[in-house]
Amino acid sequence: MKLNVLHIIRIFRAGWKNIYLHKLRSLLTMLGIVFGVASVIAMLAIGEGASFEAREKIKELGSNNIIVRAVKPPVAPGSEQQTTFLSAYGIMPLDLEKIKTIPSVEKVIPTWEDKRDVWYLDKSTDARLVGTYPGYPEVMNLSAVRGRFFSQIDYDTIKPYAVLGSSIKNKLFPLEEPVGKTIRIGLNYFTVIGVVSERAIVSGTGFEAEDINFDVYIPLSTQRIYYGEYTIGERRGGGIMAADRSWVKYHRLVIKVGETEQIITTAAITEDILRANHKQQDYEILVPLQLLKQAEHTKKIFNIVLGAIAAISLIVGGIGIMNIMLATVTERTREIGIRRALGAKRRDIINQFLIEAVILSSIGGFIGVLLGITIPGLVTKFASMVTIVTYWSIFLSFGISVAIGITFGIYPARKAAYLDPIEALRYE
Amino acid sequence: MADNIIEFENISKIYRVGEIEIPALKNINMSIEKGAHISLMGPSGSGKTTMLNLLGCLDTPTSGRYIMDGEEISSLEDDKLSDIRSRKIGFIFQSYNLIAHLTVNENIGLPLFYQGINEKIIAEKAEVMAEIVGLKDRVRHKPAELSGGQQQRVAIARALINNPAFILADEPTGNLDTKTGKEIMELLNKLNEQGTTLFVITHDSRIAEYGDAVIRILDGEIV
Repeated sequence: MKLNVLHIIRIFRAGWKNIYLHKLRSLLTMLGIVFGVASVIAMLAIGEGASFEAREKIKELGSNNIIVRAVKPPVAPGSEQQTTFLSAYGIMPLDLEKIKTIPSVEKVIPTWEDKRDVWYLDKSTDARLVGTYPGYPEVMNLSAVRGRFFSQIDYDTIKPYAVLGSSIKNKLFPLEEPVGKTIRIGLNYFTVIGVVSERAIVSGTGFEAEDINFDVYIPLSTQRIYYGEYTIGERRGGGIMAADRSWVKYHRLVIKVGETEQIITTAAITEDILRANHKQQDYEILVPLQLLKQAEHTKKIFNIVLGAIAAISLIVGGIGIMNIMLATVTERTREIGIRRALGAKRRDIINQFLIEAVILSSIGGFIGVLLGITIPGLVTKFASMVTIVTYWSIFLSFGISVAIGITFGIYPARKAAYLDPIEALRYE
Repeated sequence: MADNIIEFENISKIYRVGEIEIPALKNINMSIEKGAHISLMGPSGSGKTTMLNLLGCLDTPTSGRYIMDGEEISSLEDDKLSDIRSRKIGFIFQSYNLIAHLTVNENIGLPLFYQGINEKIIAEKAEVMAEIVGLKDRVRHKPAELSGGQQQRVAIARALINNPAFILADEPTGNLDTKTGKEIMELLNKLNEQGTTLFVITHDSRIAEYGDAVIRILDGEIV
């Protein structure tokens, strides 16, 4: 038999007709494939999203960085701190000096941070005021998209200069050029000298969400003179709660390590230094590289679990298709006999039933693809996880569904083809 | 010899059920000329069905030679037999054996489908065949929408479409009332007069009488 295109089309159409004839039955048969394919796509989308998130996080924190953050320790009831309404904690200048001496450390940049309102004329927005060194953008992979970051000279001469995060710029200067304008933070006025690049907001990889687009950077020297070392804390009901006041030297140290291989040991040494200097656990150490590894580990576990679910539903779906195809073969034994008597070769019968199985599994696969594209969207919406549906995952899972149709269709098709035509013709 | 459509030389067929051998046909010799109308008669169990299976290339003999239309086919493999069936034989069955979910036109065209012929050409040819058997206005119908006599006409049209070496009819009137049966036999007779070789298997002597010759078979032997 010559296998021309029209012939194939006709077999396809006949197969589709038979499936359409048993709509409900076919739909139920497809369910396994539908869920299998959907979970393959969803799994890959969530995994892809997780690694994208980790990569972005690394970009934000710097792959060769170690971050030390000041943590407000829990206040013991009746302690001195509670009665003074002031908590003193955080990273001390001695920590900074000692960490600087570690040979593998290339640079240490400290910051002092406080939540403040930023004003430009009658517009204002919440911001995180960050006092730091001129080397900050380099270690954090930031760059100025307008103007410039403050320089060492600006720092040394204690200039009232401010550099804005992109969200601050958008809020205060939606249409205007911000560089050269004067903004007010508290009772102090600053000249805007630059705006830094926008950062994608990522969350869920073991960090609290920090939107650095709402940062305002000023020289730490200027900050010390204008604001001192006390944070005002959060405002409540318009007033300032004294109990929220803190005395902190540095909120954060960004430690840049020269060689990636030395990050883990440097982190351990840093930990030792801090432990020796601090009486209480008022700091935490974050190693982005470790977090990346952790994220990849999580992703792996996730993939194994979802992969197993996908594999099981695909196998169950395949068995479902085999089951229904065997029923179809039995139902149509007479038809097979007639077709054989009229000249159908075994191969023709195999083609007919195999194509029917493949149509079943492909439709299941198609519905699964639609579902699989929808699920990651819902996950993003309700579980606020980043998901990325890749094209190749769609092709892959659809390919798998077609392969399942062939794999599980071949046995019933062969069974049909090897029926004795004489027996089949006599079948009632 | 060249004009013989069917030639059986010492054909035997033995069925094996476990250890027991059951001879269904014993050393059958026969020749059928082109254009003949042969009736094959015999009671049930006589070997009629075996004869049908062998003639129709649905089965191969245990021994002997079967030459059809100049081709030795007693030892062909399955694919070749399928090919012979689709090109050389027109089947008519007692229970019509139409495929329920196909239209009359598609049913008629089925033997050509397996020759890999273009669909349009098949549909046109099927239309012509439907006209010959008087069902021109029924080609879009499903078999279930037709009467028994009409269904058998569809089967006849289907048997004719591949321009076969001969038509093999197994009790063609068995499911029909006398009047309709007569109409069907008259149609077959007409086709025979136009040159189609006809081989009718029946146990009804009135049907057998339509033939030019009657072969009687009993216990696997021609009598």
